[in-house]
Amino acid sequence: MPKKTMRDAINEALHQAMAADERVFVIGEDVAGGNGSNGRIGCAGGVFGVTTGLYEKFGPLRCIDTPISESAIVGAAAGAALVGLRPVAEIMFADFIGVCMDQIVNQIGKFRYMFGGKSKCPLVIRFTTGGGFSAAAQHSQSMYQVMTAFPGLKVVVPSNAYDAKGLLLAAIADDDPVLFFEPKALYQVACEVPDEYYTIPLGQAAMPREGDDVTVVAFGQMVGRAAQAIDELEAELGITCDLIDPRSTSPLDEETILESVRATGRLVVVDESPPRCGLTADVAAMAAERVFHSLKAPVKQVCAPHSPVPFSPELEAAYLPSVERIKAAIRETAA
Amino acid sequence: MSFNREQLLRAYRQMCTIRVFEDRAHAEIMNGQIAGFTHLYAGQEANAVGVCEHLGAGDTIISTHRGHGHCIAKGADVIGMMKELWGSSEGLCKGKGGSMHIADIDQGILGANGIVAGGPPISVGAALAAKIRGRDSVAISFSGDGSVNQGTCFEAMNLAVVLKVPAIFVIENNYYSEHTSINYAVGCKDLKARTEAFGFPVFVADGSDFFAVYEAAGKAIAHARAGNGPAGVFCEMGRFHGHFVGDPEGYRGPGEVKRLRQDFCCLKKFRARMEQTGELAVAELDDIDAAVNVLIDEAVLAARAARRPVAAEVATDVYVNY
Repeated sequence: MPKKTMRDAINEALHQAMAADERVFVIGEDVAGGNGSNGRIGCAGGVFGVTTGLYEKFGPLRCIDTPISESAIVGAAAGAALVGLRPVAEIMFADFIGVCMDQIVNQIGKFRYMFGGKSKCPLVIRFTTGGGFSAAAQHSQSMYQVMTAFPGLKVVVPSNAYDAKGLLLAAIADDDPVLFFEPKALYQVACEVPDEYYTIPLGQAAMPREGDDVTVVAFGQMVGRAAQAIDELEAELGITCDLIDPRSTSPLDEETILESVRATGRLVVVDESPPRCGLTADVAAMAAERVFHSLKAPVKQVCAPHSPVPFSPELEAAYLPSVERIKAAIRETAA
Repeated sequence: MSFNREQLLRAYRQMCTIRVFEDRAHAEIMNGQIAGFTHLYAGQEANAVGVCEHLGAGDTIISTHRGHGHCIAKGADVIGMMKELWGSSEGLCKGKGGSMHIADIDQGILGANGIVAGGPPISVGAALAAKIRGRDSVAISFSGDGSVNQGTCFEAMNLAVVLKVPAIFVIENNYYSEHTSINYAVGCKDLKARTEAFGFPVFVADGSDFFAVYEAAGKAIAHARAGNGPAGVFCEMGRFHGHFVGDPEGYRGPGEVKRLRQDFCCLKKFRARMEQTGELAVAELDDIDAAVNVLIDEAVLAARAARRPVAAEVATDVYVNY
């Protein structure tokens, strides 16, 4: 099977979705690039190159550049979705949710329910997410944790290229609005990805490692670090772990997590978001409430501190959960 | 408009400092010395300096992701700025903000800003504070041609008129919002008329000409200081570098940047005018170039040697440490 980077896998998914369904189009800042200039239209293909080639293949009505107007981008995509198209909007950095929060939270997330189930809003909004680039406090946040709190929005955060392609194709085929968070630190990471169209259902976790001693739940960029921590601990101490990658945080595959914790009795939850009202706390609370009697040790959360994301490379390295911190948490839990 | 020698020397020195700072930052980024996303201002120096030369200690500016020039023009310490780019804890923001978030509140610099059009509403607040306190200070927001299509920019402009506050909206048209031309992204043909429709005057200047910007900014600032409410300044001048360092710049036409550097360089234009009028001697300007190069060399050496932050600093400057 061919190896592809996450960037290429997502690009391939967009090409395939647009080829398969003429209602699908992409809209956002510089998804083509070069419009109105003396250079080449299509020169950008998104600031991370994820939408490369879509303008050339599908033209200006299906690869639509916009001014820097995040609220209007989301609103326009939502309106098109309400009347039957299937837009894939791009908001570049997830931090810019701050600019278009009303359209996402008060509008698209509530249509179907407020309108008594009579509307569909088959809209995907893509964002880059997370730290690792020294991009500082306004370009590095993990907003999926916040957005997971809002009913009516589906939230996806892939951890590898294979999942990214299948999850994005499922998101585009979904009749509800889906927020799709792409960890920018993983764009260049490759794995085996089939050439053909396939989908991965939202709400179905993956389990990239299976073991007996500890359940580790990790999200997005942290899945790879958790896998490394687990592999090292198995080699060093013989501790084995289930590693659960929920892949979507809303809907969340509760049963896979609970079933694993019932078997291991120990839980470590890892995310790069801050701790309060967060994903790790949410999963920890779920375990405490529903499988308390299976627990043999306190649940451990490994997450970022309650601070904005710092710029300095050393500070950002200290901010993001490291393999060492994950190993320490697993060791403590297993002790 | 007449200038004394001190003013001319200072204006040139400020523009030169920005140019050398930016070109050096570019070189250091390409050498892998500076992390993160950096957006360079080289080419647009006359805008920042032409505006900020009117400002005093009580006036404020707020900037953009392309903020180094504005900060230098308003008086930020270039060594502290260079240390910030390096991510040192001796930097102006202790290495926590980096290029996109340089600020120096004591100097009236309310911060570079990573959100397009994040600044204009905040600047309206600084202007409102001046009005409430009965001071004649003004609040400048610098933002680019990309910012004029954001709701926050519209809201800020209208609110400034409603509250009749001394806010100056300096719109720097460098022709591109990231990779998209203003010809595409601004739907109307006349952005000046669209902006003036909010209810304040807009003064337009060639952004490669310090004297033109200074004159336009002077009119806008005088209008606001006199209690007449907000005003706008539009400066038109392309950037010499990409949107960010590493941008392949596929949106440029053939020879575009070369032409900008040759024919629209604010430093060359300034020198040409001095030669024509004889107000400053070539040697004086050469001396400034040399002194600025020494200063920026010192800044880089200081940044390289500056203290690196330790992990515990992640949780300082925030109200909890968990």
